[in-house]
Amino acid sequence: MQTVLKPADAAQVAEAVAWAVSEETPLEVLGTGSKRGLGRPVQAGHALDLSALSGIVLYEPEELVLSAGAGTPLAEIEAVLAARRQQLAFEPPDLGPLYGRPAGAGTIGGVLACNLAGPRRIKAGAARDHFLGFKAVNGRGEAFKAGGRVVKNVTGYDLCKLMAGSYGTLSVLTEVTLKVLPAPEKTRTVLLLGLADDEAVHAMTRALQSSHEVSGAAHLPAPVAAVSPVGPVSRAGAAVTAVRIEGPGPSVEFRCAALRRELAAFGGATEELHSRSSVELWRSLRDLTPFAGDDRHPIVWRLSVPPAAGARIVAALAPLGEFRYFYDWGGGLIWLALPSGSADAGAREVRAALAATGGHATLVRAPDETRLAVPVFQPQPEPVAALGRRLKESFDPRGILNPGRMSANL
Amino acid sequence: MRMPEPDRDVLARRTQIARDLARIVPGEGVIVDEDERRAYESDGLTAYRQIPLVVVLPSTTQQVSQVLRYCHENNLKVVPRGAGTSLSGGALPLADGVLLGLGKFNRILEIDFDNRCIVAQPGVTNLGLTQAVQHAGFYYAPDPSSQIACTIGGNVAENSGGVHCLKYGLTTNNLLGLEMVLMTGEVIRLGGKHLDAEGYDLLGLMTGSEGLLGVVTEVTVRILKRPETARALLLGFPTNEKAGDCVAAVIAAGIIPGGMEMMDRPAIHAAEAFVHAGYPLDVEALLIVELDGPQVEVDHLIARVEAIADSHGAVFKRVSQSEEERLAFWAGRKAAFPAVGRISPDYYCMDGTIPRHQLPLVLKRMGELSEQYGLRVANVFHAGDGNLHPLILYDANEPGELEKAEAFGADILKLCVAVGGVLTGEHGVGVEKRDLMPEMFDETDLAQQQRVKCAFDAEGLLNPGKMFPQLHRCAELGRLHVHRGQIPFPDLPRF
Repeated sequence: MQTVLKPADAAQVAEAVAWAVSEETPLEVLGTGSKRGLGRPVQAGHALDLSALSGIVLYEPEELVLSAGAGTPLAEIEAVLAARRQQLAFEPPDLGPLYGRPAGAGTIGGVLACNLAGPRRIKAGAARDHFLGFKAVNGRGEAFKAGGRVVKNVTGYDLCKLMAGSYGTLSVLTEVTLKVLPAPEKTRTVLLLGLADDEAVHAMTRALQSSHEVSGAAHLPAPVAAVSPVGPVSRAGAAVTAVRIEGPGPSVEFRCAALRRELAAFGGATEELHSRSSVELWRSLRDLTPFAGDDRHPIVWRLSVPPAAGARIVAALAPLGEFRYFYDWGGGLIWLALPSGSADAGAREVRAALAATGGHATLVRAPDETRLAVPVFQPQPEPVAALGRRLKESFDPRGILNPGRMSANL
Repeated sequence: MRMPEPDRDVLARRTQIARDLARIVPGEGVIVDEDERRAYESDGLTAYRQIPLVVVLPSTTQQVSQVLRYCHENNLKVVPRGAGTSLSGGALPLADGVLLGLGKFNRILEIDFDNRCIVAQPGVTNLGLTQAVQHAGFYYAPDPSSQIACTIGGNVAENSGGVHCLKYGLTTNNLLGLEMVLMTGEVIRLGGKHLDAEGYDLLGLMTGSEGLLGVVTEVTVRILKRPETARALLLGFPTNEKAGDCVAAVIAAGIIPGGMEMMDRPAIHAAEAFVHAGYPLDVEALLIVELDGPQVEVDHLIARVEAIADSHGAVFKRVSQSEEERLAFWAGRKAAFPAVGRISPDYYCMDGTIPRHQLPLVLKRMGELSEQYGLRVANVFHAGDGNLHPLILYDANEPGELEKAEAFGADILKLCVAVGGVLTGEHGVGVEKRDLMPEMFDETDLAQQQRVKCAFDAEGLLNPGKMFPQLHRCAELGRLHVHRGQIPFPDLPRF
């Protein structure tokens, strides 16, 4: 049974970590635990629950900055931004439903700790690119800060980047500052129907090579398109390639028309999704809803690859047998859902498919025992892994924070 | 500015060290002659000079690895250098340190339009990247004003920005992969043509690490298609406040311009006298707002920005009607530094960032400091992101003026921090702002940063004397004081 410590403020976080250091007892660092299924399971006698470190402490829309307690619900931040027609441009996914949990439960600290980003990653960057500053407690129990509250800053090492995607293994974030951006006035999506994977990747490449500032490029093979919550996609009865355009009204209309002309060469019918259904499509891809309730394919992998190689990599996955998949990021992100059955969740085949092109594969959903046995994150060459271990030690010399979350020794 | 005391023993071994290095980098790759070494004595921050122990110019990753391993084994300090355009003394040599020049790494290795990236050696210039792909309508977005000369390796070290970075990001947002060599000589690769490397984001950490963590030997950067068109507005305001309010209103209206620059009265006058850009001379503040994208979008946004400017008291307004006119608007801004150079024997360029709404207060206080120090100051300002470049005018031939200019500059940076800003927006800490770091960070903050350095370079041999005001031994920094027997925080609720 895990004891939960729920500090009320940053000072109590420091106190809790200092105590854990003195007792040599590891801590599982949690916001609301909505992404507990992501990464290796942490075995710790105590959990550090940060949900009380909640609340927006600064929001200046004209300065494009927002600061909040790490435990602030993402939903709260998004609502406050929406009221001023702004947003987190990296489009943070809500992975709750993928793990069979309720939607809307994640915290901003969790989003940053996992460096999550949605379809707009290709244009706007990931969480890391919007992370301006933080206050945190390191594994020595010391409160420290890095970065700032302005959008342009190179003072000292960019420790925000290091915190983003460190899964709480380096320090406990207590307060974070983000760059926020205007929400687009209008969004539309051009659909191409019936393309094969390699044609679709070519079409997306063409779209991303254009000057139309594409903010999303995904390809859904027919079985995945069929379960889309968006009518024109699910009714297509064929594979659907989707290209999103956002911006001021007249510009969006112009660019969509231009794209349809330029992509006509790839054959297949084109359609256009307007405002609400466009938003709905990208939200469903962002949150992986095609896989969320798919009990027949409980294993989920995420492959980040050179975009033009996307279709080739999927072809190389044939030894896996039957699986579901779709492409995001113009082919650079492959979401893969497998039936259970293989002892290593298909790790050997998945990682072998990347060997020729480079990239990395993360085991995003699998039972705890599988994620303990199979490297959840792409294994690194030894000099890089060793550097990671030295960095871990520089923040958390006793291995108190989320031990084992990223690998057996991180 | 004090640099670490040179090691006499190392100075005495110069000849032997040069001979050893020449075995690794044969031919003309090692420079020992004092006159030739002098060419490397400073970077863009010319107030500081130091002739290096010896200069080595490798041309392969393997040579860099061997040089670093040799220096590591022989406890020699190393200062990496690209084109030497740093404005913060990031490449300032050490008397007892090997200067590692990456100038021979000047080749583009691969252009991959399908994956929209370039793989290049670190000595390729920033502009060279764009020139390599512009025939196909592509470009590399970050454009520091030194882009003709500065190298992409240096851009990575400093996380360079430019006038378009509010919309298109800094180096860190456009970098996909690196090959680098650690101080031990180990070669590692990070990222590639895909996004978001696994494990800790070492790529992000390396960017802006000012040559203290590793030596970059290859980069992969993202390229973008050029926007279809660009137009600019030139807007004059009777006060700095009104110009600042207009900038805030543009952003609040949801518009992120490709570029948004501001100049104060002294900068406007200096620039106009130099290039005759057609700037109004009867305004206190001038804004250049550039919109880029498809014609229909640019026209639409130009009209909206015009309306915002009108309602915020613009007294001068001109919209570029041709590419020549747009470039003319920029000509003054781009020549602002040399323009100031014409009206003063020397100038000292500062680089703080402030929350933009603090601009009127900061300019007012800067005016007071200007009187106090008896030195003029002109301001150019990346208005969109709050990055301020005050140019302090002084005469280095007047005894004491350089010191006065530095003290004035330090006061400006302290002011930036005091109003919620930071010491440096894009030029880096280097030696210049090293001793000001405690203005922004306390001892614990700095100790954590130095422990990160220790993870890469435990002996502190790579570019020492930069960024950190005090050098601590890694063993000392790593020491952990544990207080046992504490009551496990009775005030923490548990359930």
